[in-house]
Amino acid sequence: MKRIYIQEEYCIGCRLCEIYCQVKHSKSKKIIKAFKEEMVDILPRVLVEEIGYNSFAIQCRHCSDAPCVEACISGAMQKNKNTGVVTCNEDKCVGCWSCIMVCPYGVIKRDLSGKKIASKCDLCIDEEIPVCVQNCPNEALKFMDKDAKEKNLVGNKGG
Amino acid sequence: MALKLKQSEFEIERDQNKCISCEVCVRQCSNDVHEYDSDQDTIYSDNSKCVGCRRCEALCPTGALKIRNREDQFKTNYNWTSSHLNNIYRQADSGGVLLTGMGSDRPYTIYWDHILFNASQVTNPSIDPLREPMEIRTFIGRKPDGLEFEMKKNKGSKEGLKNTNIRLKTRLSPQLDLSTPIMFSAMSYGSISFNACRSLAAAASEFGTYCNTGEGGMHKDLYKYANNTIVQVASGRYGVDTDYLNKGAAIEIKIGQGAKPGIGGHLPGEKVTEDISNTRMIPEGTDAISPAPHHDIYSIEDLAQLIYALKEATNWSKPVGVKVSAVHNIAPIASGVVRAGADFVTIDGLRGGTGAAPQTIRDNVGIPIELAIASVDERLREEGIRHRSSIIAAGSIRSSADVIKAIALGADAVYIGTAALVAMGCHLCQKCYTGKCNWGIATQDPYLTKRLNPEIGTRKLLNLLRGWSLEIKEMLGGAGINAIESLKSNREHLRGISLNDRELAILGIKHAGEAW
Repeated sequence: MKRIYIQEEYCIGCRLCEIYCQVKHSKSKKIIKAFKEEMVDILPRVLVEEIGYNSFAIQCRHCSDAPCVEACISGAMQKNKNTGVVTCNEDKCVGCWSCIMVCPYGVIKRDLSGKKIASKCDLCIDEEIPVCVQNCPNEALKFMDKDAKEKNLVGNKGG
Repeated sequence: MALKLKQSEFEIERDQNKCISCEVCVRQCSNDVHEYDSDQDTIYSDNSKCVGCRRCEALCPTGALKIRNREDQFKTNYNWTSSHLNNIYRQADSGGVLLTGMGSDRPYTIYWDHILFNASQVTNPSIDPLREPMEIRTFIGRKPDGLEFEMKKNKGSKEGLKNTNIRLKTRLSPQLDLSTPIMFSAMSYGSISFNACRSLAAAASEFGTYCNTGEGGMHKDLYKYANNTIVQVASGRYGVDTDYLNKGAAIEIKIGQGAKPGIGGHLPGEKVTEDISNTRMIPEGTDAISPAPHHDIYSIEDLAQLIYALKEATNWSKPVGVKVSAVHNIAPIASGVVRAGADFVTIDGLRGGTGAAPQTIRDNVGIPIELAIASVDERLREEGIRHRSSIIAAGSIRSSADVIKAIALGADAVYIGTAALVAMGCHLCQKCYTGKCNWGIATQDPYLTKRLNPEIGTRKLLNLLRGWSLEIKEMLGGAGINAIESLKSNREHLRGISLNDRELAILGIKHAGEAW
């Protein structure tokens, strides 16, 4: 499966990934409208972690043995067998936050829209490339297969 | 000081209807122009700090920002312009030499824009480079005075060329093989970031052309691109050792730089990080000062000594060239340099770039590269020594048309510096000397250098080289020429426009409308 890989040495900490993620998961999907009028409802599902000069954007890793799926008490958190994408079915989610407790990356958040549900990266399943990757101005995020990763990431080319 | 006489050069227009207070501009500006007020959920911008690099404008996701030049800073005065007044105010405050970066922006005649290229019609056919062979490969280095062959008749066979072994007797000098007549000019690690150096080296290596280390030594991680790197030996001799000289594809002795003829260099201690101190071979945090002259070169004879010392040190396996800036007596200087044994002469013109130079030197010293190439080529031909050296032109080559005009005026190849940086994102804000480059190019701040991903940098440079090479082929084809070598100093293909007789005579070209 294609995953999002991070090249932290080129993350410039602009947080455009977060902004475009918010827009993608807003009602109108229009950047100005989303931020001016629907801001309360949206939460970025990718988070830029920053300490000093180092920063990187992290979102759900869609683990092969996802602990959040194991921990989910209502069966809302599911891993799609075909695509490998882990998604939270918002109708089933009861907001027990077990997933938040077990996630080793800390990338599941409480949704702010009022409903008690977990919010996480859905890998923008309806897009060819997730919006955070598409809009990273420095290509610090890459969307690719694991095999391609070994060949393509700059960090692995040495030098 | 509360009283500020200098006025801001830029005006930041923020469309509040579009601004979503996402703070991308706040995070991207190294000059602290933008500030977020959380109480009011509004971003305020301070015009006076803006340098006009347009990083915020480029990254603003909603297009809410516009950076405008403030044209009418002071009452209109053709003599005392805003830049004169602002400079005086700055100097009255600081009492120092005014520094600046990049090439001169003064409105001197740009001869490229007054020269037109030719094309074939009826009497000779034009060539379609997409369907017919078109050679833009060129070689830099000394060409032999003549060719001598050794002919040996095969034993026991009959007379005739078919039965003769022919061998080239003349020993050819080492040459640089360029797949396109464009190279990246000298920009040192220190003046630009490691990621910028790496992008240049990787692109040169992949395209089959050359980049130049500048006076900063070669970073160990870039040794893998050494076959496509010209190593520079400048007045400070930073980073020079046998390993460095022998790794490079060619050696360039830097005497001068177009932006600051007669001036040395100064890399401030703050920029001499651990990596740079290792590469330059100087202690961390110390100023790297390149003296104005080479203290062992006070004459052409001294220069010859250094050239031959470097040839000896590299076992005569590499071309050794000399870079000089275009000054008034450039033709005799170049003649002397060629006679001193240089395999190539690099001439850097008035508008050549720099990371830092006194503004008054940059804007007032030297001559335009177009006139320098023409006069040097002419002089070397008159003296019958043109073949002994290749001429590399530098100093504001802005497009493929400039490349082709430079070659038709007599250059063998060109160096591009500013154009390469622009391809990597540079917006010519001329603040390289501050070390706060928001585009991650002219800075060593780890927060800023990350902004240039060398993968993207390399890709953009390769695209630029490819695009220009295609255009050069198209223009050559249009003129009915199928090899760049046939264009060299072929000034019949150039015509001047709006130039006076004196200028035309120096350029050695006819005026538009004059036929032979």
